[in-house]
Amino acid sequence: MRPFLYERADDVQSALRAAAPTSQTSIPPTEASAQFIAGGTLLLDLMKLDTMRPQVLVDINGLERTHGQIAATAQELRLGALVRMSQAAEHPDILRDYPLIAQSLQQAASAQLRNMASLGGNVLQRTRCQYFRDPSWPACNKRAPGTGCSALEGVNRKHAVLGINEHCIAEYPGDFGPTLAALGASVETAGPGGARSIPFERLHNGPEVPNVETVLAPGELITGFVVPAGPWTRRSVYLKVRDRQSYAFGLATAAVALDLSDGVVNEARIGLGGVAYKPWRAHDAEAVLRGKPFDEAIAHAAAEAAFAGARAHGENEYKLDLGRRTLVRALLQAAKLEI
Amino acid sequence: MVDSPRPQVMLQGAPPDDARPGIGASTSRIDGRAKVTGEARYGSDFSGGHNPAYAFLVTSAIARGRITMLDESDTRTVPGVLDILTYRNVGDRIKPGKTFDDKGYMGTTIAPLASDRVWHDGQIVAVVIADTFEAAREGAHRLKVTYAEEAPSATFDSPGLEIVSADSASREGEEPGEEKPQVGNAAQAFAAAPVKIDAFYDTPTQHHNPIELFTTTCSWSNGKLTVWESSQNVYGYQNGLAEQLGIEPSDVRIISPYIGGAFGARGSLTQRTALIAYASRRLNRPVKLEATRQQGFTIATYRAETRHRIRLGATPDGRLQALTHEGWEVSSRPDNYKVAGTDASTRLYACPNVSSEVFIVHADRNTPGFMRSPPEIPYLFALESAMDELAVALKMDPVELRRINDTQKEPIKGLPYTSRSLMQCFDAASQAFGWSRRTPEPGSMRDGDWLIGWGCATTMYPTQVAPAAARVTLTPQGSARIQSASHEIGTGIYTVVALTAADRLGIPLDKITVELGDSELPPAPVAGGSNSTASVCNVVAKACEEIRSRIARAAVTAQDSVHFGLDPASLTLTDETLQSADGRSEPLDKAFGRAAGGAMEVYAENIPHGAPPDGMKRLYRGTSSLAGGAKLKDRIQFAFGAQFVEVRVDARTREVRAPRMVGAYASGRIVNPKAAKSQLMGGQIWGISAALHEATEIDRRAARYYNDDLAEYLIPVNADIEEVQTIFVPEEDKLVNDLGIKGLGELGNVGLNAAVANAVFHATGVRIRELPIRIEKLLDAPAIRS
Ligand SMILES: Cc1cc2nc3c(=O)[nH]c(=O)nc-3n(C[C@H](O)[C@H](O)[C@H](O)COP(=O)(O)OP(=O)(O)OC[C@H]3O[C@@H](n4cnc5c(N)ncnc54)[C@H](O)[C@@H]3O)c2cc1C
Ligand code: SF4
Repeated sequence: MRPFLYERADDVQSALRAAAPTSQTSIPPTEASAQFIAGGTLLLDLMKLDTMRPQVLVDINGLERTHGQIAATAQELRLGALVRMSQAAEHPDILRDYPLIAQSLQQAASAQLRNMASLGGNVLQRTRCQYFRDPSWPACNKRAPGTGCSALEGVNRKHAVLGINEHCIAEYPGDFGPTLAALGASVETAGPGGARSIPFERLHNGPEVPNVETVLAPGELITGFVVPAGPWTRRSVYLKVRDRQSYAFGLATAAVALDLSDGVVNEARIGLGGVAYKPWRAHDAEAVLRGKPFDEAIAHAAAEAAFAGARAHGENEYKLDLGRRTLVRALLQAAKLEI
Repeated sequence: MVDSPRPQVMLQGAPPDDARPGIGASTSRIDGRAKVTGEARYGSDFSGGHNPAYAFLVTSAIARGRITMLDESDTRTVPGVLDILTYRNVGDRIKPGKTFDDKGYMGTTIAPLASDRVWHDGQIVAVVIADTFEAAREGAHRLKVTYAEEAPSATFDSPGLEIVSADSASREGEEPGEEKPQVGNAAQAFAAAPVKIDAFYDTPTQHHNPIELFTTTCSWSNGKLTVWESSQNVYGYQNGLAEQLGIEPSDVRIISPYIGGAFGARGSLTQRTALIAYASRRLNRPVKLEATRQQGFTIATYRAETRHRIRLGATPDGRLQALTHEGWEVSSRPDNYKVAGTDASTRLYACPNVSSEVFIVHADRNTPGFMRSPPEIPYLFALESAMDELAVALKMDPVELRRINDTQKEPIKGLPYTSRSLMQCFDAASQAFGWSRRTPEPGSMRDGDWLIGWGCATTMYPTQVAPAAARVTLTPQGSARIQSASHEIGTGIYTVVALTAADRLGIPLDKITVELGDSELPPAPVAGGSNSTASVCNVVAKACEEIRSRIARAAVTAQDSVHFGLDPASLTLTDETLQSADGRSEPLDKAFGRAAGGAMEVYAENIPHGAPPDGMKRLYRGTSSLAGGAKLKDRIQFAFGAQFVEVRVDARTREVRAPRMVGAYASGRIVNPKAAKSQLMGGQIWGISAALHEATEIDRRAARYYNDDLAEYLIPVNADIEEVQTIFVPEEDKLVNDLGIKGLGELGNVGLNAAVANAVFHATGVRIRELPIRIEKLLDAPAIRS
């Protein structure tokens, strides 16, 4: 851990000012010298490991007043970036109308972490790949571009099988992200160039340049999330398969929302976690289901489609199979729900 | 002012404390309040006096090679950095010491700053000392170390390993052959046996991860060194450190009143302690080190991975005819650490033909060491899994298989067990568990989406007692102080010592103070091998007996005493009185006043059966002489138990959960049933952990640990543990020691890993021979339809 300046921001403008990039050269936001800090549950960890070395921390918890609200209307669900994970997990509107969101948050991390961690920080959580987190490993394209990837032939039981390439096979570990991807949410940001809205599915980059993880610019602040309502959100499930019953990252997870009438799938939304490089939306699997009568066979077909392009690297071979089974189980559970 | 109402907290199922304190009375810990209020001070709570400096370790990023460059320039620029220790300024100024196995005190002979040589991943390569922890950490992060790396050997099947028979590497004082118990002709009997099992089993690397990190604080004053460090062996640390630093043991004091978990990790001295002592001497200032969780994986010991081949041959009616147990254990390059559990595994069942051998596999790793039930955890996993496989092959109930092969004599030398209630344990546990409702066919029990499996296994643990000393002081007011350098590793030793004194002196607990964990106190053995309760309580009872006897002798010769003329041996101290068998009694203060003017102080020593005659002398030098188990010439002493587990496996995604456990244990006299139950229950839960969760992953190319933190090194959380039932089977053993205590610190976790694997087989038809049991090993279970 290195010394840093600590500043508190009470509103968006002061946050942006404090985090304004000091140079014009483009660097990935995770490497910018100024970093926002919300719950700090990721950032402080990585700073203590000497993996992230910001020189300025801009504390945005003062924005909780303006960006800590949850608002549900008939059209959409709005979540402020400083809503805590536990707050959203327990919100009555979310529990009723967006059960998959509540379930994804309830099953994430631990009670203490959920009370501290913000939704904005959550979607930006970084991979658990230990070759990345521990800087004593020499090769990691994400931490030290061009050094190679230690995980390709190393310990990779938890690594991704979807959306990867030979530069990086890191898994996106979060649970909330896949539900946002499934529901077609968007991210609202404020930055030096003004405010913008980004489809959530496009927030995270693929592994082409592994150290550039998102499309955010340095100093750009996430202010909130908008989740469009739809007839599928109530019949929804977040299924997390993990090594222990609680407080563990998912080996394979599935965020599933279905609109069924008379046993026919009008609409299906599928997000996958633990198996992909980024919060993953399984468009091909959705297409298999759309318009078809729902049964176990079609659930299997959807799972096949979801993992058609998946590739394993040794220890994570089982994820090809487990990922499919997880999706099938989630689909069957969602279809069975009484709503 | 009205007192605010206190919340009444009662642990579900916890019995209330028994009214009269004494041996066998269920009693809440006397140190419980201090622990939950933060009053109890653990090693890391001490800062060594005023103005300590802080140390931060730099550890190696390679497992084998040499340091070619150490660039300190960046570190020196950090404000507050005071000193940097490296091999250049330490070298041979600190002696490496000898390992515990080698009649020394160390967990490893790898002296980290002795030279430029790197022996393992995460070896200490520098210590940065600064005015603040933060500056030391930053300085450490800024130190640049360059290596010439050599290809390391990581683990089993890696190139470049050296494999030696443990027998040829046996320690001083051991007879060759001790590591390979054998009898009859196992090879021939196996070949001829009608029913056979021949399989390999593997257990993974595990780390203790006690919640208290590895910390050390050192301070010098007038040439005398004081060390605050959580320790399971304060006399060992004192003597070992003196040897390393070239000073007299009497100039070293180790203070360790409370220990935030140890599990064996603090039994032998690590190399860090001498480095901090040395740093403190250089700076003439107290120095405090708090190593990180990650560093704890490599600067201390761990349970190495093991591999086993078991061959069992039996008659069709289940009688064992042949047993061969071969074990392979990973150790470091220079050290011969091994657990060699064939000692126990070859003696568990009646069998006329037995052979065994243990091999040490030297790799480029840090030296492993004791971890709760060191030999029994891996060796009984193998044996008890194989026994289950044999039961399946025989189409026999696994409990019945154990009954058929039960014995009161160990098969190697034919020595009698001092007591053995294994089948009573199986019967009690199987009844409580509902075992008779089990249908034997794999996959035949189901609850909705869950496949249910029931499994069982034996646990055994050697009963060991060691020479120990204690001082008991009784005041004229009837208060007692008990002093012994034993160790509170969480097992509740303060309380059992107090109960013993209460029992023998007949005074209430609130008149007893117990002092432990300080090398200035009379010596007690290492808190290992489950010996502490037996060793310390017996010597405390001995000291109390001397006090009783002095008081009684004074009474029977005093004309004014109601006991005048009685046999002093017939008098007891009870309820703060001196009592005779016929009910006459006299207040304690009166009886005491005749025997002593002021306080009465008694120092006692105890050398148990089988311990060397110079055991006390050795103990003062910090060497514990544990006697018992399978090492006695005339008998064998073990505690036994039966472990039953229910697992549930999701039919589709194959997560394994273990919602229900029943264990029944027979372990002689139970001093404090309440704490004993917690201890066994903790063991059962650890058994689940060992079966389903724990494993340190190793990068095979680099020979480095991968998941070195508690987010990735999993242990069960509350949600994983539902029903845990712990049953005591009454057992009296008058041979093991005067008080009949067998010890149960490490009995609860043994065998559970096998019971879980056996239950998983029952649920799925998949036999897992390599721990931990994880989803990926169960996805292909052809016997089970999704
Ligand atoms: C032991 C452990 C277990 C965990 N298990 C799980 C799990 O099972 N499932 C799961 O989903 N997560 C899990 N997590 C991750 C946890 O959910 C995240 O660490 C947390 O959500 C991050 O939120 P935060 O507010 O603390 O972020 P911070 O640490 O404050 O910030 C994280 C990053 O986001 C940036 N940032 C924060 N807010 C904003 C914003 N508004 N705009 C722009 N940038 C911002 C910061 O600069 C930083 O780079 C676990 C974490 C730990 C430590
Ligand atoms: S998987 Fe990605 S993060 Fe992990 S070592 Fe490879 S490049 Fe680095």
